[in-house]
Order: sequence, then C-alpha cells, then structure tokens
Amino acid sequence: MSIMGTRVLRTEDPRLLTSGGVYTDDLRVPELTGAAYVTFVRSPLAHALITGIDTSAAADMPGVVAVLTAADLPAPPGDGDPAAEPLLAGDRVRYVGEPVALVLTEGRYQGEDAAELVSVDYDPLPAVTGVEDSLTGETLLFPGTDSNIIGSGTAGEWDDAAFDGCEVVVERTVVNQRLAPVPLETRALAAAWTGDRLTIWSSTQNPQLARGAITGALGMDPAAVRVITPDVGGGFGAKVAVDRDAIAVAWAAKHTRHAVRWIESRSENMVGMVHGRGQRQTYKIGGTRDGRVLAYHLDIVQDCGAFNRLGAFLAQLTALMAAGVYDLVHAGASFRAVATTTTPIAAYRGAGRPEAAAAIERAMDDFAAEIGMDPAEVRRINVVAPDRFPFTTLTGATYDSGEYAAGLDRVLAAADYPALRAEQARRRELGDVVQLGIGMSVYVEITAGDMGGETARVVVGDTGAATVFTGSSAHGQGHHTAWAMLVQDELGIPMDQITVVHGDTDIIPEAIGTFGSRSLQLGGTAVVQAAGEVKEQARRLAAEMIEASEADLELDTARGTWQVRGDPATALRWGEIAGRAGPDGLAADARFDATAPTFPFGAHLAVVEVDTETGKVTLARHVTVDDAGRILNPVLAEGQRHGGIAQGVAQALLEEVRFDADGNPLTSTLVDYAAITAPELPSFELVASETPTSINPLGAKGIGEAGTIGSTPAVLNAVIDAVSHLGVRHIDMPATPERVWAAINEARAGR
Amino acid sequence: MKVAISVNGRQVEAEVEDRLLLAHFVREVAGLTATNIGCDTTSCGACTVLLDGESVKSCTVLAAQADGREVTTCEGLAGPEGRWHAVQRGFHAEHGLQCGFCTPGMMMAAVSLLAENPDPTEDQVRAGLEGNLCRCTGYHNIVRAVLAAARDGQQHEAEARYDQASELPGEAS
Amino acid sequence: MIPAPFTYQRARTVEEALDLAAEAGDEGKYLAGGHSLLPLMKLRFAVPEVLIDIGRLDELSYIRDEDGHIAVGALTRHHDLEYSELLAAELPLLARAAGAVGDPQVRHRGTIGGSLVHGDAASDLPAVGLALDATLVARGPSGSREIAMTGFFRGLFETALEPGELLTEIRLPKPSERGWSFQKFTKRAIDWAIVGVAVQGGRVALVNMGSVPARAAGVERALAAGEGPAAAAAHAAEDTSPASDINASAAYREHLARVLTARALTEAASRS
Repeated sequence: MSIMGTRVLRTEDPRLLTSGGVYTDDLRVPELTGAAYVTFVRSPLAHALITGIDTSAAADMPGVVAVLTAADLPAPPGDGDPAAEPLLAGDRVRYVGEPVALVLTEGRYQGEDAAELVSVDYDPLPAVTGVEDSLTGETLLFPGTDSNIIGSGTAGEWDDAAFDGCEVVVERTVVNQRLAPVPLETRALAAAWTGDRLTIWSSTQNPQLARGAITGALGMDPAAVRVITPDVGGGFGAKVAVDRDAIAVAWAAKHTRHAVRWIESRSENMVGMVHGRGQRQTYKIGGTRDGRVLAYHLDIVQDCGAFNRLGAFLAQLTALMAAGVYDLVHAGASFRAVATTTTPIAAYRGAGRPEAAAAIERAMDDFAAEIGMDPAEVRRINVVAPDRFPFTTLTGATYDSGEYAAGLDRVLAAADYPALRAEQARRRELGDVVQLGIGMSVYVEITAGDMGGETARVVVGDTGAATVFTGSSAHGQGHHTAWAMLVQDELGIPMDQITVVHGDTDIIPEAIGTFGSRSLQLGGTAVVQAAGEVKEQARRLAAEMIEASEADLELDTARGTWQVRGDPATALRWGEIAGRAGPDGLAADARFDATAPTFPFGAHLAVVEVDTETGKVTLARHVTVDDAGRILNPVLAEGQRHGGIAQGVAQALLEEVRFDADGNPLTSTLVDYAAITAPELPSFELVASETPTSINPLGAKGIGEAGTIGSTPAVLNAVIDAVSHLGVRHIDMPATPERVWAAINEARAGR
Repeated sequence: MKVAISVNGRQVEAEVEDRLLLAHFVREVAGLTATNIGCDTTSCGACTVLLDGESVKSCTVLAAQADGREVTTCEGLAGPEGRWHAVQRGFHAEHGLQCGFCTPGMMMAAVSLLAENPDPTEDQVRAGLEGNLCRCTGYHNIVRAVLAAARDGQQHEAEARYDQASELPGEAS
Repeated sequence: MIPAPFTYQRARTVEEALDLAAEAGDEGKYLAGGHSLLPLMKLRFAVPEVLIDIGRLDELSYIRDEDGHIAVGALTRHHDLEYSELLAAELPLLARAAGAVGDPQVRHRGTIGGSLVHGDAASDLPAVGLALDATLVARGPSGSREIAMTGFFRGLFETALEPGELLTEIRLPKPSERGWSFQKFTKRAIDWAIVGVAVQGGRVALVNMGSVPARAAGVERALAAGEGPAAAAAHAAEDTSPASDINASAAYREHLARVLTARALTEAASRS
C-alpha cells in the first residue's frame, strides 16, 4: 500500500521534543566561541533628520568591541535612488525602530547597557502615519520626489459605466488593517570567519536568497559566503531572505573581522520586523435584485511603510486576485502603493491574497444584505461553475481547477446551516442579549506564483540509505517527513533509512526556498523527479547486474528490491546497486519549473456569539473546506490549516498594529498587541476535499496560507451578521468589543 | 553573586551577575537551550520551566531567586533510559508542534497543568495554556496533545492501582 | 529585555528586610514574586539600584481563620489564594479574583502583597481588597501599624506605605452579606481588565476606572437606599475618570462599568 495520502507522524519531532530545536541563538558551534553580541541603536522617532551621533561613551564602556554607524559603511553603489533603503540610517530616520547604529559587546547583557550610551541628536520632521496622510503629499519621505506614491497599477479593463446596468450598487471603503507576524523566534543571525570565508547562520526561509542578498549588498563574492539555516522558529513570510538589520549584522562581521551573533528582543521585533497587510480598500459591487453580480471594482491604497520592500507587489497581487471565485461580467482593480513613516510592510501569511478575499467576500455579504438575499445563495449564483476550468478571470489570473459551489455546500452541510439560521431567528425573536452570527467565505488563492522553480538531489549509498537534498527550507512545515514519504513511495526505501538535508548553501547552492505555499508542489516534485532519475539509473545497473533487459525488471517498492518480474530469486537490494555505481552511489539532481501557479480554494463558515451589551465576540465554531489538491500527509495539511485559520481569526477579531499621530507605535509589546491565544479559539472542524491540479505530477497545490485567507472574511461576516438585524451593515477589523458596541449604537441611532 | 541551582537533578553552581535571568542561567550557564525566549513582557511563555514542580516564566525570575531550588526543563522530562513523558508522547502523536520554538515551554506548562488538574476538560486545557503563545498550530492539536497526555497519565495511574490491588490477598484480577 | 545592573540582597527575616531597606533608602525596592517589578525593570522603566528579595520569608505566606476575619500573609501567592479551601468557603470573591490574575505561571509567583503595594488600578486584587473592606498590616522601623484599605491607595501607583515599610498581612473580615461576584472584562483571557467589578454584599469596587483603585460610591448609596441591581448599576461610572487608551475609550469603559456592575449585582443577589 502506498504511503501517499496516509497519516504519518513527523520525523522532526523526537529531537524537538527532547533536546529542543537548535535555533540561531542556541548555536554553540566552535566558530562562534567568543563571538561578540550585536545590539542595535534604533530611532525613537518616526521621522527626523540625524544631526549628530556621539559614540564615544559607548565605545569607552568596558566590554565594548566596536560601535558602528552609517559613517563606517562603504558608500552605497551610486544609482542615486532617493528611496533606497540603507543598512543604517544616514542623514535621516523614517520609522520608529529604524536601525541607526550597532554596538558589539563581549557579553550579552552589556549590549543594552552600551546601546543606551550611544547619543543621537534628532531634528524631528512631521510624521506621515496613514495612507490618507501620505496621499496629501504634504510631507514627502524622499527628497527629490514629488509624491509618496511608490507604485501604482491596475488589473483588468475597467470602465465605470459597468455599473450603469445594475439595479443595485453598493460602495464601501473598508480597512484591511496592518498586522505583525510575531513568529515566536525573533530575527537572529550569527556570522564567523573561517579563513577568507564568512559563514552566516540565519533564521531565514531562504538561505540561498539570503546569501544573494547579503553578498549583493556587501559587494562580496558568493563563493566566499556560506549561509546555513539552523532551526527556524516560524517565518510566515516575514523571514523571506534577509532584511537590512540582518545584513547590517553580517556587515559588522565583515567590517570588524570579528565573529558576531545577534538576536533581537520582542519589542524590537514588533517595530523592526516587517508588518503585513495595511490596505485601505474601496469596493463597488453592482448587480440585479435577483442576486446576479454584474460588476465589481476594487481600489486599493497600500501602505508600504517607510520603504518599498514589497508593498507595491502585494497590492498588485491583491489586484490580480480581486475577482475571487466569481464569474463576473465586469471586474477590475486599481492600486496605489504609498510610503508612510512606519515599519515597512512585506509578506505575511497570504501576502496580498487575504486582502483580495476579504474585500470581495465582504462585498458579497454587503450586496446580499442590500437585496435581502441569503449570502450563501448569492454566492452560489455567482461562483465560477466547475466545468469552466481552466478559468481566466477579468483581473488576469488563470485558475487551474476548482469546485467552488461544492466547497460551499459541504461546509454548510457540515455546519448544519439551516439549524444555525433557525437558532439565530429564535434568539432574534426573543431579543436575547447574546446573538448568533453566521458568516461565510468562498475563496481562491494563488500558490507558487513566483515561478522560480525548485531543486533537489537524491543520493542512495551502498548501505541502501537515501539522502535527499532539498532547496525547500522548512520552518515548521514538516518537509523532512513529507519528502521522505515521497522517496519511500518512489523508491521503496523505508522512511527510517532516508535523511533529508536542507539549508546550507555549500551543500545546496541553488534554490529558492519556502514561501508562497510553494514547497510541496515545486520542491516535492523536484524530489520525486530526482528520485525518478535515480530509479532509472538503478534500473540500468540492475539490468547489467542481473543480466536481464531493463524492460523485464521491476522495483518492488514494498520490499525495496529490484528483480526480474515474477522472479524474486533475482532480487537486488538498493545498497548492492548503489555500491556497484561507484564510491558516490546513485545520485541525481533535478530542477522543477512549473508552467503556471496553482489555485487552492475553499469555503469557511464561522459561527460567533455576540454579547450585544458589551460587544464581545466569541468564536463558537469554525468549519472549513481548504482544497489544495492531492494531500500527501493529512497530518501536516491539517496542521497548516489550523495555524492558518488561527491567524486569520486573529485578524478579524483581535490583532492590529497601531501608531499615534506622531508615528509612535502603540502596540510594540505582546501586552498591547493582541496575538491570539488558546482560550479565544475553538477546535476547528475541517472537511476534507481534494481537487487535483494538472500543473505538477503530484496533483498538489499549496496549503500553507489557505486557512488564513478563508477565515478572516468568514469571521468578520459572522460578526456583522450577528447584529445585522439591529441595522449594522459593516464593522472594520479587528471587530473588537468596542467597535461592535459602537456599530450597534450607531445603527440604533440611525433608525 | 554565587548561585547553586538543581537543574533536572544536576547541581549547577556558578558566579553570576545579580541581574542574570533564570532563563539565561538555564540556557547559558547550565547549557540547556531547549528553553527559549520569545518576548520581553512575560507574555509568550516560551521560557516556561518548572520551579519546584510548578510552572514559571523563567524570563521573569532571577537566577538569584531560584538559588537552592529545583528547576525542571524540557530536557528533564524524559525518564530513565529516555522513555518519553506522557506529554512528549501526546505532542508527537497529535502533531502538537510545527516549528518547535514554543514547544518546550508549552510542554512544561502542560505538565504543571496536569499535575494540578489530571483530568481537564478542553476548556480547562485552553485556559491553562492562556500564558503560552503558539503561532504555528492554532492550538488545536496542542489541546489534543494535552488531553491525550491526560488520558495516558490516567491510564498509567489506573494500571498502577490495578497492580497494587492485585498484590492484595483475595483480590480478583 | 535585560534589567539595568543592580545589587541583589536576600532578607532571611522581616527584621533584616527592614534593615536592608533602611540602608538602601530611595535606591532600594522589595522583591516579592517580582511579576510587577521585574517586567518594569526588564524594559528599564524602573531602575532600582538595590533589590531586597523578601520571597523566602515563608512566615509571611499563610491563610488563617482568625475569629471573625481571615488573615492572609502578604507573601501568599495568587495560586494559593485560588486553590484555598478556606477562601472558597469564606471569601470566594478573593479566590476567584486571584485565579483570574495573569496566567498560571504568573499566579505561581505573584503575591497578594506585591499586587496591593504596586497599587495599579488596572489590577484585580486592589478592587477586591476594597470590596472586602480589608485592613492592611505593615511593619516599619518603628513597629507595626494597621492601615484601612479605603485610603490605602493615594494616587497613580502610590500607596500609604512609608518608604521601607513592609506589608505583612491583609486582614479580611468575614462578610456578613454573603452575595459576591467578580466580573472581569477583557478581549483575551490573559489581558488586564478593560474594566472589572468586584462585589461583596453592598460593597462595590471597580477595576481600571481611574488611576486609583476605588469603590463605586454612587452604586453603594443606591443599594443602601434599596434600589435593585439595574437601577443601582446606573451610577457605576459616577465620579470615575477612566482612561482612553488603545484598549478602550473612556465612554466605552463607563458603559462597561454600568453593564458589568448590573451583572455583578444580579449574580451576587443570586448567591446571597
């Protein structure tokens, strides 16, 4: 029986559960003995000119090895881009938390003491704290530019006349709020010289890309740098490659020739690591009174933070996916990406796609409320039919496969939707203080959209054991278990004889790594292809060894032996064949480049209870279909769905990064930033669904972000649904108790 | 100042700064790095260890306060010959970890929770883990892991009682 | 996340603690469970030069039935209050509130004395102490004195304790009116109260409705005048000055105070 699709517990676990993972700050390797600790000096102001830096007191403190500022940096390559982001702030700072200097100390505890002694003089400039503020252009972040607009664009052919034929038009401006990724392990990096080579240990999702970023920024030959990824305590997109803080640490090692190690505090992480989301959205949806949506337009203003790390690209993705799962007559999107004096925004679980789903799923409910129709029914009428795939949307995406209506029907059935509506009606009739809300979403998302491919190497040695070298770079996803399953299935070598290696540029020089839910479909396929090539090499050798023709040979994957079909007496073990291949055994490299991205989809249904006196929301049930094609290991897939759902629920109900009018962060600790905890969540109800894709031989799409994308709109819709009978039509996220209370009051006052 | 702390049954003595946090004593002086530090406001619980058998956040305890006391960390959970603790078995069986960073602290919190409440409901498990943040799992499987550990523990208790009972004369087996 | 350097001293007796505090003067702070003080020190909001660890003074950790009142040692941990059978029988309000402080790990370290002396109006136990009409016992260089709970909280994080004085005991009269309720409103279970209400009989105290823990005098007057829960609760926000912060606006807090007080009074009535 094939292991594919079966529940296999993780091979990663024993080490993590006993001695614990080895994350970057845990490293006790000889090269890092005596490494200096790096502590940053960061800007306390959102926008200011730096008029002076006095490092003398810090430099004089016992235990201080070096104090470095922008003055020590080599001049940047002169392309004169006014919006370029420096490693350390030079003449001005543009967000609270921006690195201004760094100190190297002998002892860990001395770091903060020394950093406090660095004296920086600032001349404050006006802060630009929201997209509205930024659009006025009153204060420009970058001298020499004429606006704060970093990028703009559209998706789809659009003419406002599309709404002329609509009996009903609803327009609304909503917020998709800024979030903090909060991986449990903050950013960390260590570096040490071995002769003329610099070894870097980085808490990254992409060691190869990290090496490219570091060597590019520092003008180093990639051959002189080795990047190793130790265990990584969560990434969620925020640890893609490396950012300027990490590069600055690597630079400190280069500049001083001293081994260094760095891990930031959580307070630094909350302002220094990239944030996610941050869009002001205006949707306009029009259609007929009997539920047919004819036209949909989404305008996006994307907050990029102080620099364009990824803001414009995120908005572009949102525009691309704006049409969602719907078959519309007219659809279009437009975006502007603007700079603000805040932490830069980049990828965070979903990266542009949650924003698209949140907008159109809110719009669908808004439209349904306007025409007085059940939101499930409106969706059924408008989703793309199953016989229309591959389906190209008006905003430019081509969806490979999907069963949108079926997914919705399955969650509705699993949740017993009619019973929920009956209970809601009963409570409304009685005027219960605690009302029931039912919300749903039907979503689609794009995975492996980067089109960068992935690499793998499979080696079988003369003991019969296999080693898999993968370009993927897991940080909790369980790739080692999954890739071992793939190789067992392909070659019949048992999992306990398979070792998976990742995260070392000396061993795996070319790869992209893990983000965008790409790893199984790209990295996994590369593994299968490399294993397939090893299989063919083995077949050729086995034919020689048995003196039979290749066509007569079979691989018995249950036993892991090669033999003439039907003649077990001829059986050869993998080790025998590998030994015959030579000292390096059997080995093959593969690189898989998919021809297109894949499009997982699903439906979520959330049931909330709202205390109408206090506004407090309790998530009672959350039921989902998250269809990512053929599932390799349901244990891993479910775990990804659970984690994704939790983060999506958190956006709907709790989490928000906030700044005051001066750009000071108000949520820079885990006391103030309401990261979701266990008591706020129920156990989730997952419905299985597998609609394969033909884009890769595994039939697999990406599951990592789907749960987040589907859950946020379902929960928000549920909250609004709970109080819609009181006249509430919208509540912005997060739907905190006060926001719900205020919405109820406004609605009552409006009557 | 000098401190002497028993860590997983082993005496660890050292001359340390007065301000040394227990978390750093465990990680750097005792050399046990499974216990992680995830925040600076006593919020995340990644640093949870047992102090004289009760869960504490080791980032908010001075090594000096733990002087002369017993600390148990993740590395001390497995029994002799490496037999896994019921909580470790539960976390593995129920896929209660992904990146693993929160896991040692989460498990120590669970051990303490089960010591005080050996047969918790799901709600009691969630409430008991309110001080431990996980970003990967959505807590769903962590709750299952702790409930599995509870059943596992109850099973062993029942077996122990059975074994005891069978030693008494005249008891039927 | 690392405190500024300080000198650690450990007191083996109450007398030694007082002596060390006198020596350290302004530069010294007592360290009990440390879960109010150490978080402030780790962010360098507090930078005492001397910490006097009183955490080993086991003689100050007790819960005793003392003839008309319950005597609680100042170093009794929230965990022990939460699980005390004596408190469950005599002062369930205190047991319940202690069980809502922070999380289990915090409750294994934090003490009632530390919480009261820290004097944070957003903390739960000061309001409970007020609702239970506690009397505090403090030891200073010149001996012991009693301080009534009402009047103990003087201002923002400011109490009636003199420099160097050590809180040793909290005396809680056994309530004549047995109805009680504790309502703590948060976004997440682990959060500090956005607003909280502690009720014991006719005494009502509020959490986080101003910079100083206080009783809801207007509510108490209404109750004494015979008004029912809803009518009395309408006075909950009178003479309060709740903050507007990232967790709630003042107006919302005032609303919550009324709603929670009504619920607390109703629940207390059902228990009396």
